[in-house]
Amino acid sequence: MDLNYSPQELAFRDEVRSFVRSRLPHEISRKVLEHKRLGRDDYLVWQKLLHAQGWMAPNWPAQYGGAAWTAVQQHIFDEECAEAGAPRIIPFGVNMVGPVIIAFGSAWQKQHYLPRILSSEDWWCQGYSEPGAGSDLASLKTRAERRGEHYVVNGQKTWTTLAQHADMIFCLVRTASTGKRQEGISFLLVDMRTPGVNVRPIITLDGEHEVNEVWFEDVEVPVENLVGEEGRGWTYAKFLLAHERSGIAGVGASKRELRMLKYIASQEKRSGRPLIEDVRFRDRIARVEIDLMALEITNLRMLAAEREGRAPGAEVSMLKIRGTDIQQTLTELMMDAVGPYALPHLPDAWGDHWLGEHVGPEYAAPLAARYFNHRKVSIYGGSNEIQRNIVAQHILGL
Amino acid sequence: MDFNYSEEQVLLRESIGKFLQKNYSFEQRRAIIQGREGMNAAVWDGFASMGLHGIPVPEEFGGFGGSGLDVMLVMEAFGRALVVEPYLSSTIMAGYTIALGGSDAQRSILLPRIADGSMKFAFGHGEPGTRYELNQVATTARQENGMWVINGAKSVMMHGGLADLLIVSARTSGEVDSPGGISLFFVNPAESGVTGREYPTYDGMRAAEVGFDNVTISPESIIGVLDDGYALLEAVTDRGIAAVCAEAVGCMDALKDATLDYLKTRQQFGMPIGKFQALQHRLVDMLIQTEQARSMAMLAAVKVDAPDTTERRRCLAAAKELVGRAGRFVGQQAIQLHGGMGMTDELAVGHYVKRLAAIETMFGDGDLQVDRFTSSQVEVAETPLRKPARKWKNLV
Ligand SMILES: Cc1cc2nc3c(=O)[nH]c(=O)nc-3n(C[C@H](O)[C@H](O)[C@H](O)COP(=O)(O)OP(=O)(O)OC[C@H]3O[C@@H](n4cnc5c(N)ncnc54)[C@H](O)[C@@H]3O)c2cc1C
Repeated sequence: MDLNYSPQELAFRDEVRSFVRSRLPHEISRKVLEHKRLGRDDYLVWQKLLHAQGWMAPNWPAQYGGAAWTAVQQHIFDEECAEAGAPRIIPFGVNMVGPVIIAFGSAWQKQHYLPRILSSEDWWCQGYSEPGAGSDLASLKTRAERRGEHYVVNGQKTWTTLAQHADMIFCLVRTASTGKRQEGISFLLVDMRTPGVNVRPIITLDGEHEVNEVWFEDVEVPVENLVGEEGRGWTYAKFLLAHERSGIAGVGASKRELRMLKYIASQEKRSGRPLIEDVRFRDRIARVEIDLMALEITNLRMLAAEREGRAPGAEVSMLKIRGTDIQQTLTELMMDAVGPYALPHLPDAWGDHWLGEHVGPEYAAPLAARYFNHRKVSIYGGSNEIQRNIVAQHILGL
Repeated sequence: MDFNYSEEQVLLRESIGKFLQKNYSFEQRRAIIQGREGMNAAVWDGFASMGLHGIPVPEEFGGFGGSGLDVMLVMEAFGRALVVEPYLSSTIMAGYTIALGGSDAQRSILLPRIADGSMKFAFGHGEPGTRYELNQVATTARQENGMWVINGAKSVMMHGGLADLLIVSARTSGEVDSPGGISLFFVNPAESGVTGREYPTYDGMRAAEVGFDNVTISPESIIGVLDDGYALLEAVTDRGIAAVCAEAVGCMDALKDATLDYLKTRQQFGMPIGKFQALQHRLVDMLIQTEQARSMAMLAAVKVDAPDTTERRRCLAAAKELVGRAGRFVGQQAIQLHGGMGMTDELAVGHYVKRLAAIETMFGDGDLQVDRFTSSQVEVAETPLRKPARKWKNLV
C-alpha cells in the first residue's frame, strides 16, 4: 500500500501546475476564488487555452483530439485546475455529448461536432429533464416525429443549465409511445438557432439566471442529427452517465473552498478574537476538513481500482453523496462565518465592473447567494436519494 | 499510489481468517469471556505461531519488524471476530514502547518475549480525574537511594489484571499537566505496594484500577530518557489509535454485512424489510461511513510510520475522530435496523456496537482528537492560511 503518486504522476502534476500557473488569467481565477459571477467569455477563454495545449478533452481517445489520460491523470488535472481557481470546464460538450458521439455517432457527426466541441465553437446544453420527468426521466414526453428527412420536435425541457449561452442542445425525445417507455426514447442533437426553439429564463432562489426552460414548437431537425439508432436513446443516456463521473467528488474544489473558509474565519472576529480561534467554530471547520481528507482517499482508492481495470460502478454514487454533502457544508460555514454581513443582497457586488461600495467585507457579498445556490448539488445529476437507490440496488442488491 | 496489500500480507490475512474461523466463533468467544482468565492461552499461542506478536518486534529480536499496514490487517480481522485477547495492550502498545524506547538490555530481554507471546503486558496511563489527556500525570516517581519509588493510581488499565509486567507513566518533574517531566517505567505487579482491582468492561474485556503505594523499583526500570517520555507516550498512543481504527473497520464491516443479511431475510408486511426505502437509504449511509472509515484507517496505518511528528499527529487524530463518528453511526443504525433483535445479547450485533463504543473513547474521544487535529494545524496551518492571505492583500 502506498498513498503517494508515482514519479511519473508527480511529473505530470508539475507539468499541469506550471501550465495552470502561467496561463490561467489572473482576472478569471480571481473571480473563481472570490466567488464572483463568471460570464460566458470567462469559460471560453480558459477552454480555448486548454484546447491550444491539447488538454480540452482529458478523457477522449487521442484519435479524436483527446488527451487520452488515465483516470489518475484526469484526477490530478481536475485537482490542479480547481485549486488554482480555474473555471470548471462546461461539461455538456466535452464530458457528456462528446463521448456519446464518439461511441455511437455517425462519421459525419464525429467529423462535424467533435472538433467544434474541442475548440469551444459550439456551446452545448443538456435537454433531459422536463416538467413531468425529473428523477423519473423515462416518463419524458417531448415528441419527435419523423417527417421525410426531418424530425419535428414538440415539447418542453426544463432546468436546462446555461441554455442562454448554448449553440446546441442534446435531447432525449420520444419517438414511440408504444412498448416499453425506455425503448421509445431517442437521442437527438438540435441547433438552438432552429426556428421554434425558445429559451425562457428561470431565476433561482439566489436571484441568478443559470437555468432555463427550453420550448420546442414544430422544430425541424435533420435526421442526420439522430445519434445511433431510433429508440436506443436510453442506452446512450446511461452510457453518458458513466462518463459524467469524472471529478464527481469535487475534491479539488472543496480543498480550495476550505482554504477560503479558513481565510475568512481568520479575518472575522468573535469577542475580539479571530473566529477561527473560537473553539465551536474551529471544530466545525475541523470536522468538515476531516471528512474531506477521508473523501480524498476514498476517491483515490476508486481511481486506483479503475486503473487496475475494475471499472467503477455504483461506487461513484457514494462519491457524489459525500462530495456534495461536503460542498454544501463548506458553503454553509462560509456564510455562517461572516455572520450578519451575509445578509446584504447586492447582486451587482459579485458581478463584473462593480464600482460601488461594499457593505462589510468584500468576500462576504456572494456568500449567502452561494449557499442558497449550492442546495442544487444534491438535486441535479441524479438526486442524492436516487444515488442511494442506485447503491442499494447495485451494490447491496436490495 | 496503490491500495492493495502485498502478496505476503494477503496470505497472512487469509491464515488469520482461517484461524479465527476455526478457533473464534461467537460461541467460543462467549466462553472465553465467561472464563476465569478472560482470554484463551491456546488462541494467544496461535497468534504467536502465525507471527502476529512479532509485528512490532525487529527481526534481530525474533520478530519481523512489520509496518502499520501489517497491524491494520491483523486488527481488521480481530475486529470482525471481536477478539478479546490483550493483543492491543500487550503486543502493540508494550511492543512498540519497548521497540521504540527501550534500552538495549530491555529490548534484548523483553522483545523476544513479546514476539513469542510468553510475557503479557498492560499499559497504564489514564488516572482518576483525567480524560485521555497525555500530559496529565499525577502519579509520581522519585529517586531514593538509587531506586525509583512510585506513588499514585492508574484507572481503567486494559488487561491490567493478567499482565506479567506493567508499563506505567509517572511524573518525574514538572507540573501535573506539563508534557515535560513525564517518564515511563516497567512495574512488576507482584511488587509490594501495588494494589489492583480487576473488573470486566462492557465490551467483553477486562480492565483494572491499579494503585501504587511507595512501590520501590530498580533504576533499570525506566524506559527511555528521564523526563522525556511524552514523545514516546504519544508515539505509542498513535500506534494504538491506528490499531483501533482498523479494528473498528472490521466491526463496521461485520455490522454492515449482518444488517444487509437481515434486511434480505426478515419479512414484514409480506415482504423482506429491505424493500423499504427508508431502510435501504440508512444502510447505504452505513456503507458510505464504513468506506470513509476504511480510508482513514488506511491513512492512519500509513502515517503512523511517518517520520514527521506533526503530520503523524494530524492524520492520526483525524482518523480517530472520523472512525469514532462513523462507528457510532453504523452501530446505532445496525441496532435500529434489526429492531428488537438488535437489542438482544444473543445476537452478535450488540457486541460489535459495544466494542465500537469502547473504541470511540479509547485514546481520546472525538472532541479530544479535534483538539489535537487543530493544534497540529497551527504549525502546518501557517502555510495554507498565510499563503492566501498574502495573495488576498493585492486582490481585495
Ligand atoms: C441547478 C440545476 C441545474 C440543472 N441542470 C440540468 C440540465 O442542464 N439539464 C437537465 O436535463 N436537467 C437539469 N437539472 C434537472 C435535474 O436533473 C433534476 O432536477 C433532477 O433530476 C431531479 O428531478 P426533479 O427536479 O423533477 O425532482 P423530482 O424527481 O420531482 O424529485 C423531488 C424529490 O423527490 C425525490 N425522489 C424522486 N424520486 C425518488 C425515488 N424514487 N426515491 C426517493 N426519492 C425520490 C428526489 O430526490 C427529490 O428530493 C438541473 C437541476 C438543477 C436544480
